[in-house]
Amino acid sequence: MTARAGGGAEGESPMRMKIGLFVPCYVDAFYPGVGIATLELLERLGQDVTYPQEQTCCGQPMTNAGCVSDSAAAEALFVRLFAGFDAIVMPSGSCTHHVRAHFDAIEQTDAVRHVRANTYELVEFLHDVLKVRDFPWAEFPHTVGLHNSCSSLRALRTASMSELGEPAFSKPMTLLSGVKGIRFATPARPDECCGFGGTFSVSEEAVSARMGLDKVRDHHQAGAEYIVSADSSCMMHQRGCAERAGVNIRFIHIAEILNGARQ
Amino acid sequence: MKEKPINHAGAAATFIADKPHLDFHDARLWDMRQKRDAQMHVLPEWQDLRSRASAIKEHALANLADYLEEFERNAKRNGIHVHWAADGTEHNRIVAEILAARGARTLIKSKSMVTEECDLRPYLAARGVTVTETDLGERIQQLDDQLPSHIVVPSVHKLTEDVARIFARHYGTDPDADDPHQLAEAQRLAARPVILHADAGMTGGNFFVAETGTFVVCTNEGNADLSATVPGVHIATIGIERVVPRMADLGVFIRLLSRSALGSPITQYTSHFRGPQDGGEMHVILVDNGRSARLGMDDFWTSLKCIRCGACMNTCPVYRRSGGLSYGAVYSGPIGAIIDPTFNERKYSTLPYASTLNGSCTNVCPVKINIHEQLFKWRQVLVEHHQMPFVKREIMHMAGKLMGQPKLYRAAIAGTETALGTLPRFALYNWLNPWGKNRELPEPVKETFHSWYRRNRPAAKPGQTDNAENTP
Repeated sequence: MTARAGGGAEGESPMRMKIGLFVPCYVDAFYPGVGIATLELLERLGQDVTYPQEQTCCGQPMTNAGCVSDSAAAEALFVRLFAGFDAIVMPSGSCTHHVRAHFDAIEQTDAVRHVRANTYELVEFLHDVLKVRDFPWAEFPHTVGLHNSCSSLRALRTASMSELGEPAFSKPMTLLSGVKGIRFATPARPDECCGFGGTFSVSEEAVSARMGLDKVRDHHQAGAEYIVSADSSCMMHQRGCAERAGVNIRFIHIAEILNGARQ
Repeated sequence: MKEKPINHAGAAATFIADKPHLDFHDARLWDMRQKRDAQMHVLPEWQDLRSRASAIKEHALANLADYLEEFERNAKRNGIHVHWAADGTEHNRIVAEILAARGARTLIKSKSMVTEECDLRPYLAARGVTVTETDLGERIQQLDDQLPSHIVVPSVHKLTEDVARIFARHYGTDPDADDPHQLAEAQRLAARPVILHADAGMTGGNFFVAETGTFVVCTNEGNADLSATVPGVHIATIGIERVVPRMADLGVFIRLLSRSALGSPITQYTSHFRGPQDGGEMHVILVDNGRSARLGMDDFWTSLKCIRCGACMNTCPVYRRSGGLSYGAVYSGPIGAIIDPTFNERKYSTLPYASTLNGSCTNVCPVKINIHEQLFKWRQVLVEHHQMPFVKREIMHMAGKLMGQPKLYRAAIAGTETALGTLPRFALYNWLNPWGKNRELPEPVKETFHSWYRRNRPAAKPGQTDNAENTP
């Protein structure tokens, strides 16, 4: 049974959901603070959160490389661990997109269908399901440039896409606007891919690094002190490019700001 | 011996190392994308136009044989000779025969991607026919003996000083005079006598209309009109997928084409060819060259909707930073990466990987080709057809196994040394090493989230099995 929070009449307290937390492999290994912030934030919002400890990876790297059958073990494990939850939440747009759109290496059982239909990226879960708008505990008196990963932007549609000329909206911006003191920088090419692209970052090293450098310079020139994103993978790449080229800019995951990180 | 796959990454690295060219290329194409956006905002019906264009193309492709025959009937009625070419060789033979029958030794032609596919110029050169491209950018590429690097602006990867050097070599102009107006004038002076005395003219065709038996050529320089009308013989080479059912359908495409391509409302010239001029001849060669086979590919047939506007190239962050020549193919950029493997799977097996799958190409495509999804799908096809390099294939295979085994996985990421022991060194050093060339590695952390969670949420929820418990 899937619970839905925040959809009731005004004043009604949000429903408590049984949430499975997925922490992407690179977040687990390199950015544990992002996992901690995601967990604490969901708990702070009254949710019943469990991190199944056997989790590994969603299978995206293999599938995106074209090796679909090699994702089967990861996907089967994922479904075994997460099928019992009302919602599966993860601080990653690209992993969410993989689970939702590309979980095709395994037989499509009811459990698989349940997992695919109830997996959320953190921003869309906060914005669309819990419908949180205020983060009274959070204050971030800095100018930030928002980076939407291409999966978040064009696959999950968490913000409007410049190519379509649609009315402007941005779920991450809406959430961040509930944080005290925050200011936004406007880069010249906000929708341009930063060039991470998973294995692309090594197989097309030169193009990838150049795209990353152009991205961090664009934010820096727009006056951003921080690049904030819902995707740590993009930021891992961008941070590497910025550090090598001496671009003075810092990086923070949106979960950390929303959870009240002070810098 | 097997053909070697195109080294897109290597060619792109060379392109990126040349800063003036890179900066100009990226800025010029991004400017075209911006102008395209501005045109889109002017038309509230933009998305509706895209949907209509896509639907018309899908309908035409689904009934291709009927519309082609309808075109042939009506074109013949208009006095046009219609030829059918199954592949490039047949196409070239037809052209050579038309020319030979009239004793034609000089051919002027406007830009046509299909003739590039067919490798027409070398074929005719070997038979004593002098071919002169009349599109400025295409002429520059012809003189420099390069493929077009972009389907709309074929020499966009060159700076004016490059053009000045090429013209100096061929036209005897000053190699240091790189003023664009002077260069254009030099080309005009060189081209005019050739055009005026050519024995035959050739164009491509952007669209042909089944119900009228006519075709349309869109250019900005007017060179197609000169090529078509100055000599008495006009040969038009068109891919079979360019058919539209009715004249009324054309409006949809004409409104989308130049807005998507250059960000201008319409091309300077939109010329309708309805039949031969008085005393002249008009030939249309309808070229298949792999298109019928592509039409039979469930996942890739919609790539035939392409109207060759180049919008996907202009928006592609990879293309802008690697240049069209790095694709080593007639068609470059995102659309090239999904079309080229249909010509030669092995040679172009690297191209679907020259993408981050960001999806911007799909969004700008005026006929709604799901380009990035086809790139994604091509990767699977290439792996199934054993076109992935061995080392990468092995890494994916091992990674896939590792991800299915929680204990082994925990052991692998417990520390760098463990990871090095688990993954083969050759893989880490040879394949993953490029990360650090232009980027720092992420800083090591004291503990993983997994380990933090175990320390900080000791009252782990009951009912959880944790096979990683006994990990050393």
